[in-house]
Amino acid sequence: MPDLKTEEMVVQMGPQHPATHGVLRLEITTDGEIVRKINPHIGYLHRCFEKHCEELNYHQIIPFVDRCDYLAAMNNEHGYVMAVEKLLDIEIPERVEYIRVIMSELNRIASHLVALGTYGLDIGAITPFLFTFRDREKILDLFEMTSGARLLYNYIWIGGVAFDLPNGFVEKCFEFIDYFLPKLKEYDDLLSYNKIFIKRTAEVAIIPPAVAIEWGITGPNLRASGVDWDLRRDEPYSIYDKFEWDVIVADGRVGVLGDSWSRYYVRVLEMEQSASIVKQALEGLPSDENVKSAVPKKVRPKEGSVFFRSENPRGELGYYIISDGSDIPYRLKMRSPAFCNLSAISDVGEGLLISDLVSLLGSIDIVLGEIDR
Amino acid sequence: MDYFIQIVTDLLPGLNGLPQWLVIPSIMFLFGALIFTGIAIYSLIILWFERKIAAHMQDRLGPMEVGGWHGWLQTVADAVKLLLKEDIIPAVADRKLFKLAPYIVFLAAFAVFAALPFSDKIIGSELNIGIFYILSVSSVGVVGILMAGWGSNNKWALFGSMRSVAQFVSYEIPIGLSILVVVMSVGSLSMRDIVMAQDGGIFNWMIWQNAPFNFIAFLILFIAGTAETNRVPFDIPEAESELVAGFHVEYSGMRFSIFFLAEYANMLAVGIIASTLFLGGWQGITGASSAPGIGLIWMLLKGFLIVLVMIWFRWTLPRLRVDQLMYVCWKVLVPISFFNMVGAGIWIGLSS
Repeated sequence: MPDLKTEEMVVQMGPQHPATHGVLRLEITTDGEIVRKINPHIGYLHRCFEKHCEELNYHQIIPFVDRCDYLAAMNNEHGYVMAVEKLLDIEIPERVEYIRVIMSELNRIASHLVALGTYGLDIGAITPFLFTFRDREKILDLFEMTSGARLLYNYIWIGGVAFDLPNGFVEKCFEFIDYFLPKLKEYDDLLSYNKIFIKRTAEVAIIPPAVAIEWGITGPNLRASGVDWDLRRDEPYSIYDKFEWDVIVADGRVGVLGDSWSRYYVRVLEMEQSASIVKQALEGLPSDENVKSAVPKKVRPKEGSVFFRSENPRGELGYYIISDGSDIPYRLKMRSPAFCNLSAISDVGEGLLISDLVSLLGSIDIVLGEIDR
Repeated sequence: MDYFIQIVTDLLPGLNGLPQWLVIPSIMFLFGALIFTGIAIYSLIILWFERKIAAHMQDRLGPMEVGGWHGWLQTVADAVKLLLKEDIIPAVADRKLFKLAPYIVFLAAFAVFAALPFSDKIIGSELNIGIFYILSVSSVGVVGILMAGWGSNNKWALFGSMRSVAQFVSYEIPIGLSILVVVMSVGSLSMRDIVMAQDGGIFNWMIWQNAPFNFIAFLILFIAGTAETNRVPFDIPEAESELVAGFHVEYSGMRFSIFFLAEYANMLAVGIIASTLFLGGWQGITGASSAPGIGLIWMLLKGFLIVLVMIWFRWTLPRLRVDQLMYVCWKVLVPISFFNMVGAGIWIGLSS
């Protein structure tokens, strides 16, 4: 057979594919099982968030911010609200700051739990997914208790929070932390140190520190590459400088720095630190202050612009707001961490097997709601 | 088979009136129908078991509503749903291959049961090369999988079937080599002879003979059997998060349920083969019982036990990568099983 030839095959991975965590489409060119070229296509979940913001007043934007990174709505609100407060230049009661930090860190744990569980699913382990969701449920209960909602809260307001903490919240939260910390060991036993899991993730899809910085990767993915950078410590906002905690940087204890396993395990360790921050915040929570005392009736910032960035579970979430002096922002730009993290895969993913591409994509922990906005 | 013919003719004396050339085929058909029904019922039961076990391993309850007590009718309802579903054939599919594939896969799984000894008397066809027949017939299924993958005209299905074929062909070798160990110790390929050689209670079972060679052979057979049936951690042909559903991604309704049935039939077949070869077959812990039906119960019990371990695997372990799967086979299992076979041969030669 003289005219028998081989050729590369273009495969559409997504938008309906279990490993793409939503509606991402990867156009991959494959040589057998090896991925030669990756061309990510986004936009299947585009909701014109930024354009929409030009039609809404500053308060009304908060629920839309929730819907960007729907797994970490509290963190999104926190960042947005602080950006607007910076623009307005107002002082916030201390109790509000504490409540915000508690909520953000609880949401960070919840978000990382989803990342862990779904990463297990990507690698083929189904049980850890249900374990992490079982524990996340308890955090959602706490959120429901406080804000009435379980996923999209609209809780953190400009200048305050929507409601004060309900009776019994502090006790329940302490209870949760006591319950949660031993569970980390369970995840380690079941998944983190499972031999097959290590074989699938360690030394797979390595992102060296230089490449990570070049592509603007942030958050746990950056720290997994060994770069010691966390906005909560290096550019402290809110009241993060009041707490004792460590920035988790991967040490390559299994495999090498910047591999999928490091990205996974940084999240496990970060949850422990977040739990510790929540505990300290609960202990130091100032009592009896009106949480709505600083909420402005009408938000009408002076003409000007502001950029504010905060540490979201997925990386640095930035808001750039231009005000023209009216109660509606002239322009709002969101720097989405997952978007920048995702952009690196076409570089890092080349030459991997299809299974490893899934391992890479899962370890980056993308949320399409935030990428497409 | 003779025993079965006798039972049937006793139960249905009218059969004797039929011409002889019609009696045997009709009884064969009856036996086939019996096995088919048995596989279907077993699949429903084991599926319900699997879902309940998985649920309890994962801090859930699993099906609780359908049928009342712990949702015992859930799988029946699911089966009915699958049968009533619209059967979609993709417009660009190779219709002939697409339609034929599930039946070939199922046929291979089904044909294996003809030579499986369920008890002293209940055995479809008592071949003197029983285990050889099983080994060869079970590998026909891979043709069906390749047909399904190619016929669907879907790239994911093609990936799945390519992986599956590579996996099937590779894992046949350690299975063959570990079965050889048993065949060497017994000196026969007949399933009946193999069980008979393990007469007399749990300590005479093949798994304890030729220490430690037979035990290693059992482990290899079990691991490779898990791979042959595409179960976790070797489920790469249908790797959900990578290939969506692998070779049966385009199938729905009845045809999909036939693939499903074949998978569960294969699992039971592996369970029964492993227990026949190594765990005393239809004989109980204290030896064979003369009471009718006891053998069948023991056999199914052992088969179920092995299937349950496979289910346990599925809900605990992640999935291997395709190259790691090949590595496990060619660089770990094949050499070990080969040296194991040589060792067993030397051991048998020295001790006889």
